Amino acid sequence: MKTRVKKIIDKYHSDKGFLVPILQDVQKEYNYLNREALNLVSAFLEVPISQLYELGTFYKAFSLEPRGRHEMKLCTGTACHVRGVSLMKDNIERILQIQAGETTPDLEFTFETVNCLGACALGPILVVDGEYHGNLSISKTNRILKKLGKKVKIDEES
Amino acid sequence: MKKVKTAQELKNLQEEIKNSRDPEKPCITICAGTGCLTYGSQKLVDNFRAEIEKQNLKGKVEVRASGCHGFCERGPLVVINPQNIFYQRVGLDDAEEIIKETVLNGQIIDRLLYVDPVTQEKILHEDEIPFYKRQMRLVFGMNGNIDPNSLEDYLAIGGYSALIKVLNGMEPEAVIEEIKTAGLRGRGGGGFSMGLKWEATRKAPGLPKYIICNADEGDPGAYMDRSLLEGNPYSILEGMLIGAYAIGSDTGYIYVRNEYPLAVKNITIAVDKARELGILGKDILGSGFDFDVLIVRGGGAFVCGEETALIASIEGRSGEPRAKYVFPSERGLYNKPTNINNVETWANVPLIINKGAEWYRSIGTENSKGTKIFALVGKINNTGLVEVPMGITLREIVYDIGGGIPKGRKFKAVQVGGPSGGCIPESHLDLQVDFDALSKVGSMMGSGGMIVMDDRTCMVDVALYFLKFLEEESCGKCTPCREGVHQMRLILERITEGNGKEEDLKTIEWMGKAIIDGSLCGLGATAPNPVLSTLRYFRDEYEAHIKEKRCPAGVCKALITYTIDPELCTGCMVCAKICPVEAATGEKKEVHTIDQDKCIKCGACFESCKFDAVKVS
Amino acid sequence: MAEMVSLTIDGLKIHAPAGTTILEAATDANIYIPHLCSNEELAPYGACRLCMVEITQGERARLVASCIFEVADGLEVKTNTERVLNVRRLVIELLLARNNKHPALRKIADELGVKETRFPIEQKGCILCGQCVRTCREVVGVSAIGFSGRGITRKIATPFMESPPNCIACGSCVYVCPVQVIPMKEENGVRTIMKYDYPMQKCRKCGQYFAPKKQLEYFSKITNLPLEHFETCVDCR
Repeated sequence: MKTRVKKIIDKYHSDKGFLVPILQDVQKEYNYLNREALNLVSAFLEVPISQLYELGTFYKAFSLEPRGRHEMKLCTGTACHVRGVSLMKDNIERILQIQAGETTPDLEFTFETVNCLGACALGPILVVDGEYHGNLSISKTNRILKKLGKKVKIDEES
Repeated sequence: MKKVKTAQELKNLQEEIKNSRDPEKPCITICAGTGCLTYGSQKLVDNFRAEIEKQNLKGKVEVRASGCHGFCERGPLVVINPQNIFYQRVGLDDAEEIIKETVLNGQIIDRLLYVDPVTQEKILHEDEIPFYKRQMRLVFGMNGNIDPNSLEDYLAIGGYSALIKVLNGMEPEAVIEEIKTAGLRGRGGGGFSMGLKWEATRKAPGLPKYIICNADEGDPGAYMDRSLLEGNPYSILEGMLIGAYAIGSDTGYIYVRNEYPLAVKNITIAVDKARELGILGKDILGSGFDFDVLIVRGGGAFVCGEETALIASIEGRSGEPRAKYVFPSERGLYNKPTNINNVETWANVPLIINKGAEWYRSIGTENSKGTKIFALVGKINNTGLVEVPMGITLREIVYDIGGGIPKGRKFKAVQVGGPSGGCIPESHLDLQVDFDALSKVGSMMGSGGMIVMDDRTCMVDVALYFLKFLEEESCGKCTPCREGVHQMRLILERITEGNGKEEDLKTIEWMGKAIIDGSLCGLGATAPNPVLSTLRYFRDEYEAHIKEKRCPAGVCKALITYTIDPELCTGCMVCAKICPVEAATGEKKEVHTIDQDKCIKCGACFESCKFDAVKVS
Repeated sequence: MAEMVSLTIDGLKIHAPAGTTILEAATDANIYIPHLCSNEELAPYGACRLCMVEITQGERARLVASCIFEVADGLEVKTNTERVLNVRRLVIELLLARNNKHPALRKIADELGVKETRFPIEQKGCILCGQCVRTCREVVGVSAIGFSGRGITRKIATPFMESPPNCIACGSCVYVCPVQVIPMKEENGVRTIMKYDYPMQKCRKCGQYFAPKKQLEYFSKITNLPLEHFETCVDCR
């Protein structure tokens, strides 16, 4: 791990000003802000660990916990809200038994809300593992979740 | 491409590229902005390219993946040139047919043409379509003509001519005067004069000076900046080069929202190519002017769209704004003079330099010159990005361009300015859109998000939505914003749950004023706007929620019930099957009922009933 | 000598050196402006917003935080206008909703005529003035604690909510907190701050416990002097 983290730091010339991009690379490398990696960054850059913890908890892009195998991002921008996406959000939370922003205990799903993906014509939108699902409805959501292995009732006829 | 070392060399290159292109050569342009990509347009692009290979047309027919064309409702979009035929809602497998019929045989495929909903006429050309007709696509229109990853495309349409003009004989002060005279005001929300900002930064003591492009577009429902960065990154670079020259800066930053991977990709490619060409780096075009750019990704914080929070983020700190008693133009990034402008503002610069300040002044109103790109979304027929001259009325935007409200519903309000703005009701539809007119009615221009709402939108719910958003995005430093927005959210939540109190409205109004006056930064200072504006124009809705425990629009979960109309129910059992808590029950072919004690108001039955038998009250 | 400027505060003409804040100038002139997050030893922060004042420069009247805004020639400052009092009253009611017990908050509430907060009380204790974090960073220099989260979920935190590795148990954060919500106690040679224990050093001469071991280790590190040098209490040296 030491070499991988050092590589990231060297890429930014050990410049403390690039703390946020450095953490973004660490997040990408380990799928979350791995604690050991953070301690290494703190040591290499001579930046107090409290500052890294502050950045890690301030910015939504960072996660201090390992993320799920499947990433689900629901757009809750104003246009999607007005098209009824909060009902979809409640539905997903109910099925996955977690709140938005959390990961299921079995590390299968991470569910988050995003403030506007910018594809408003197709709202509401759910992005699953990078794939966009537009014109979302409750039945569509259920079908997606069923495909990913959750036990849901779906509308057989549609 | 070879490096160009003088303005003349760049001019020659432009000519060379222009001349090498045959305007009569067939060219298929497919929109590959994020919106259309969601429709699957990448597959369409690949199919076109594969077909061209298959039919041995490589080199004879051009296939171009461009950035956003704006008419997002009708994607995927394909434009065939030289005939300028506009195809909409193109099927992902239509590539073969389009090439065979239209490109090779000049035949129009009727089913892909736009049909005017009023006249029922089929329309061939983009600029005849009502959505586009009333627009003035000076900045955004270029997207359709270029592949964002192709520097040659940008040069072919005259790109970098403004840079040549500036470096070839304009003094920095003259450039600033031109921008000042043009009257270009910030397009990110602040609406401050770009020229004055440049001047202040130039005059401020201290080196180095920095310029920043704010691409942290965070307003939910606004995606203009993203589409500009994705579709025409070179125009922004050109604007920044001119600005850096005028201000005396040699380092620029482009701060892009983390959630925009395609924009980051395209601006990175544009920067690399600009360096290769020699228009970024040292001694640009032999003028002695050095400038280069760093691309920084945001960390996922709306507050970082605020100038000083953005600066903090670049400095490696959390996005906490600071009081702007001393402006960033004097002490900004690393305490040096810094000029920050929004993406769209930068993109307007080459236009002004090329065509002149006087020309620019001929567009718009007295105090708001030029055009503005709006994201027209929500309950509207023609969802998309529209560019219109300042001074156009809201009515024209909503009805003539937007095509009115879908499903025959009634217009209720339009939210302009996102979480910092306000709702504008029907009575103000003839308002001429510009910075000052919007402020007068309790809203603001903001970054350009325009969310249309119909009679099924609950304004209290909208206010609550914005408060929840701001509560989550507040940096948490100052008391009025952090605690005030939180408490306001709690009050509004109570109201939507039927637990509103008589004094709540007075409390909200008092809090609103104090939060506006007391907050540290713009986020807090404008946070009460959505609540205050909805209260101003839709007070009766608030009162219905509080006094009658009723949600007139039928939205607030706690105040509505789902029931099945026995006259319309056919007993098809779809609702019973989909109900997660078995509240909807009934026998086959018999009228179904909903057990109100079990019902969790999830809305699944309402959505799935094909006979409209489920009613909301 | 610093250049002096003249300004008026509540009608009183005052001279103050350029570069001082309105709050400093007012305090020097015995004019009271309530404040919670400002501290002479720390860089101005401007977070609590209690110290807001109304200023007029030329034609414009606006509200600014007096702990940050620097004095200027001809500045007209009013410390008690209706707009200012409204902000202060909102702020104190909001803070009371986080801590409606501490006398420092009660005192300010009384001065403003606020008897109780109308907001639901979620007793959190900490008012997020940030003095503890800023002291640890700017004065002590170890940044053992910091903020975590943002918005309403913001709180003072140790890294990963565990024992702070850089803490030298000096207790500065405890002393500086205006509402005294950081607990500290000493028992049997152990100092406990928050819920973390720090063993104390016994003086080599008199045998009394006098300082946390971690603090002495820190001094040794930054001065490059051997630890033994610090293991005697001040009285015995």
